[in-house]
Formats: sequence, C-alpha cells, structure tokens
Amino acid sequence: MNDASSDSGPAFAGPGDASAASAQDHSLPISVKSLVKSYGPFRALDDVSIDIRSGEFMTLLGPSGSGKTTLLMVLAGFVRPDSGSVTFGDKEILLLPPHKRDIGMVFQNYALFPHMTVAENLAYPLKLRRVGKVEIRERVERALDLVQLGGLGHRGIEELSGGQRQRVALARAIIFEPRILLMDEPLSALDKNLREQMQFEVRRLHEQLGITTVYVTHDQREALTMSDRIAVINDGRIQQVDGPRALYEKPETYFVANFIGETFSLPVEVAGDSVTLFGQPIETGAPLAHGDKNQSLILRPEILQMFEGEPDPGMNRLSGKVRQHVFQGDSIVTYVTVEGERELAVRRQHRSDETELAPGSDIQLGWLIQDTVILPKGDGAS
Amino acid sequence: MTQNTPAKDPTAEATNRRALRSQARGEQGRLLALSLPAFLLVGTLVLVPMGWLFWLSVYGSDGFTLENYTRLLHPAYKETLITTFELAFLVTGLCILLGYPLSYVASQLSPRWASLVMLCVLFPFWTSLLVRTYAWLVLLQRRGVINTWLMDMGLIDTPLKLVHNFTGTTIGMVHIMLPFLVLPLYASMKTIDFDLMKAASNLGASPTRAFWEIYLPLTLPGLGAGVILVFVLSLGFYVTPALLGGGRVMMWAMQIERSMAVYGDWGAASALGVVLLVMTLGILWLLGRLTGAFAGAGGR
Repeated sequence: MNDASSDSGPAFAGPGDASAASAQDHSLPISVKSLVKSYGPFRALDDVSIDIRSGEFMTLLGPSGSGKTTLLMVLAGFVRPDSGSVTFGDKEILLLPPHKRDIGMVFQNYALFPHMTVAENLAYPLKLRRVGKVEIRERVERALDLVQLGGLGHRGIEELSGGQRQRVALARAIIFEPRILLMDEPLSALDKNLREQMQFEVRRLHEQLGITTVYVTHDQREALTMSDRIAVINDGRIQQVDGPRALYEKPETYFVANFIGETFSLPVEVAGDSVTLFGQPIETGAPLAHGDKNQSLILRPEILQMFEGEPDPGMNRLSGKVRQHVFQGDSIVTYVTVEGERELAVRRQHRSDETELAPGSDIQLGWLIQDTVILPKGDGAS
Repeated sequence: MTQNTPAKDPTAEATNRRALRSQARGEQGRLLALSLPAFLLVGTLVLVPMGWLFWLSVYGSDGFTLENYTRLLHPAYKETLITTFELAFLVTGLCILLGYPLSYVASQLSPRWASLVMLCVLFPFWTSLLVRTYAWLVLLQRRGVINTWLMDMGLIDTPLKLVHNFTGTTIGMVHIMLPFLVLPLYASMKTIDFDLMKAASNLGASPTRAFWEIYLPLTLPGLGAGVILVFVLSLGFYVTPALLGGGRVMMWAMQIERSMAVYGDWGAASALGVVLLVMTLGILWLLGRLTGAFAGAGGR
C-alpha cells in the first residue's frame, strides 16, 4: 500500500512523519472489531474493523450518511451498536456509559455551556474529577494559553467569535488530559481562512500532546492536510485505510479514486496483464489488483501532460483535441476531448511565458506509467 | 486601477442628506401612528379602570378615608390571605412536579408525537373553565366516579372527602394551571441543544449531575415564566375554589366578590383589589429578581 510514497518523487515530509513517540504514554490505541449498527433496514455500520495506533491522527472521511459520524458516536458512547467490540488499550469499553470513558470530544457545533463563562466551561470536567480549586485555576489558564485565548476566561460564550468558540471547545476537550480525542467535523462552521488556520492549530496541538485523535470530516482536502492516516468510509464500510499520499496516488477502490481529488475515468478492457484503451495498449506499473474484463482507467488533471508531438518515453498516451482553456489564477485547466465525446481536464501551472494552444488543435496526452490506476467500477471491496 | 473609481466629490457628503433624514422621520411617524390604537386601548381599558379602582378604595361618601384598608386588618382577612398564598404555593409546586417531566418528555418526542402530547395539554384550554370545574365535581364527589371505583375495588370502605375542601380545590386548580406552566417550559426546553447534554456526559458528568448542572439551569427562564404565570393566576383565582371548595376554602378573590355581591360595598371590594394587585406586583418583582439572579449567575 505504501510503496507509492517511497518510489515516486522526493520524500514526503508531511505531518505524518512528525508523530511524537515521546507523548505516547498519554495516549491509547483504539481497536474496533466487526462493528455493526442498523437503523431498520439501513446499515449505518456494516462490519467495520479498524485499528488506530497510539498517538495517531486518524481521519474518518466519507460523504454524508456514510457512517463516519456513527462510528465516532459509538466510540464516544452516544450510539449503541448492535454487535462488535471496541477496545481502548486492552480495555473493552463498549459497555461503559459515556461519562466513564474518559475521552475528550469536540462537537460539530462546539456544545459549549451557554450559562457558564469560558473559564467555567473549561473548569467543568476538572470539577467533575474533584481537582482542587487552585489547580483548576492553573490548568484553566494553561489551557487558555495553549489555544491562544489567554485572558478571555471571564468572557461569556455569546461574546466569542466562531473561531474563539472552536478554541474553547478544543481546550475543554483536552484540559482533563484524556488519552483519546474525538472530533466531529469541528471546523465545518468556520469560513475558509479561519478553517485553514485552525487545521494548522489542531495539528500543532496534536503534535504537542501526542494524543490519539479520531477526526471526522467530509472535506477531503482537510483530511489530506491533517491526517497521519485516513479511513475512507462509504455505505457503512471501510473502503481503504492509508496515509494521505498513498490514498491519493494508489486508490484501491473506484469509490476512493472518485471521492478523493478530481477524477476522470475512461473504460478499458483487461485481458490477463494487458490493458487496452480505445483499442490502444497501455502499460501499467504494477500487476493489476483485479481480473475483471471491463475496468476503468483513473486519470487526474495534474498527472496529464499535453504534447504537440510525441509524449516522452515511459508514458502512456492518448490523442485528443483542445476544447477550451479555463484560467484559474495559479493554474490553467485545459479541457480536452478524446474519442470524440469524452472529456478530460489537464491542469498545469500558470506561466506567463507559455502560449496556449488554439481550441481545436490536435494534441497528445501523456502520463507516467507508474501513475496508471486501473480499477473495476462498482464496489471494489473484494 | 484608479480610473474605475470616480473622483471624490467634495459636496458628496451633503447630497440628499436632508431628504434622507426627513424620510427617516416620516417612517418613525408612521410607526407611531400604527401603534397609537394599541396605546389608546391599553390606556382606556387598563389604566383608567385601575385608577378608578384605587379612587373608590380611598374615597367614600364622607370624602377621603382609609377605613376600607384598616378593615382589612380583621383576622378573617388574614386567614383568607394565608389560604390564598398556601393554595397558590401548593398549586405552583404541584404544577412544577407534574409539568417538568411532562414538558421534558414532550420536548424529546418526535415532532408528530410531541404535537399530540401538546394537543392533550392544550385541549382543556378549548373547553369552558366552568365545564371543567363541574367535571371535577362529578369525578370527585362522595358518590362520584373515583370514590365508586375505589369502593368497588375494595380499596376503601367509606368514600374519601375529595371535594368541597382544600384537596378538591387543589386538584382542580392544578389541572387548570398546568398548561400555563408547560407551555413556556416546553418552549425553552425545545431550544436546548441536546449536544450540551452529550458534552456534559463526555466530560464525565453522570446523568444526575448533568441534569442539575447543565439542563436545569438552561430551563430556568422558561420555568420562571411558567411559575410566575401559575402563581399570579392562582392568587386571583375565583371560579374553581368557589365551586370545588364548597365555601370552606376562602380565597382573596371570593372576598372581593362577597364584598360587592353580598354587601354592595364597592369601597371594600376596591381596597381588596388594590391589595391583591400590590401583592402580585411585589411577588412578580421578587420572582424577577430571583430568576434574574439565577440567570445572571452564569452569564446569559
């Protein structure tokens, strides 16, 4: 699964490599086995098993209704599954009520107590744990500093901006030093700039605390930016669990390929190890995972390159006609028609010294053999 | 860059200023005109009669007098006052005990079931107060439905005294007052984000603590409104105590009625009315202070 990250391009120095081992005594691994939850005929969780490592930042990614939030709620104890097992460390917790699980959680709408000040909100979990008054005051102050809200303890919740509430919610979830942190689309209510800033901060906090984190989102970019590993969920099943880069470059199912990144697919015929695209043979970097006759070639706008002449050797090729250029600032997207009716997009960096091919020109599209992904349509969970 | 923005006109600040201002004034005038009928109605139907009531209580045939008030120091009135407050407190307390769980259940139900429950709560509102009170008489009297059942089942030998006393009055009044408590309470419970309870639980609060420390404080505004309504209405209640009390439960409002209907003494009746009004306002102020203090204890 992870071979893609080792053989292509420079070493990836994403946040995944930074997970600190030092703080692992503060965190617990989570093991979910054969979890099933049905609502009538609808299976919200269909035999879900996943292992989350100690100190890992694991994102559950999927469209709405995929079961990702249900899985999180089972971990938190707010949804009772039909069967299965969940262990934190070596302790089975499925039968524990939520208030005995000792896990931090950030809710989608923050769920801050409106009748308490910021400091009272933060002190609440400590009070419940019978922490002394002096220590509470110290820890509240430290937590406020940690989320850069120092001095705002006396404020009412209504007086805070969305981003500040988000920080309070985060501080409240970690102030009692839980060993697992759950986050349910915590940034979805924020505007784009603030969201990006908070992504960075959540990530920084995770590195600082080394706490096992399960993060739910439907935003693939957020998932790719923040996670050590991502579990893609659809229809109550886990489609693939992998690092962001492996997930993007080597999707294992058609759903994952389409859900993550911008994707175009073309029909190919497979016979043994040979693959034909519109009658032309194409090469694959690795043996095919599936033997089905009719499969799909997965292409992304940024792996395609346009050539007026022959593509470089070591590339698969396809001929097409330029239809339209769309200027997007940092990049230019060219829509190319292939085989008369099918449309692909090619994205390249914006460079002022490049001239654009006139619409209607014939061109060759090329992409690296190692970037060739071929998957059967329908669910590839075999 | 700059050629698209018009050059700044030094006179621009004054352009249309007067016209805009007079437009704003015209709008205010129209709004005032629209609310004038309401002011007139409140003025003539509330303030004038109240002023007149007060006037009657202090101005008898011999001119200005406080006689109507000094008469209220008689022990019979003191007893009535105690009964009135006792009943109002009891009815309010029972309404809280019955109404809080009811409102909670209704607030947790699916919209369809919730509207059914609220329909049942509201249904008595649509029947006459008198009819409902007589219905309680039928149920509670010596040979009424309840006593007959209990005796048929062999649970009691002699009929219970359920009506024409304090018990009957309380039962009837709680029934009639319950919607006044449930409606505002239900409304405030509906606005509580249930994720707050989940958050409390997640932070380590047992269900009991989460209720006392999170849920109850958040329902206080609704509960306060309901309590004020029930308490104030109970203080001035007439029909139900008169019928179900059987003359043994003397309420303040009944004293007023007696002063007028039996003795034809408008001065005494007015004094009683003024005292009730002042007491009610005092209680309202006190409750407002108390719930205000509750709400103020933790921000909004």
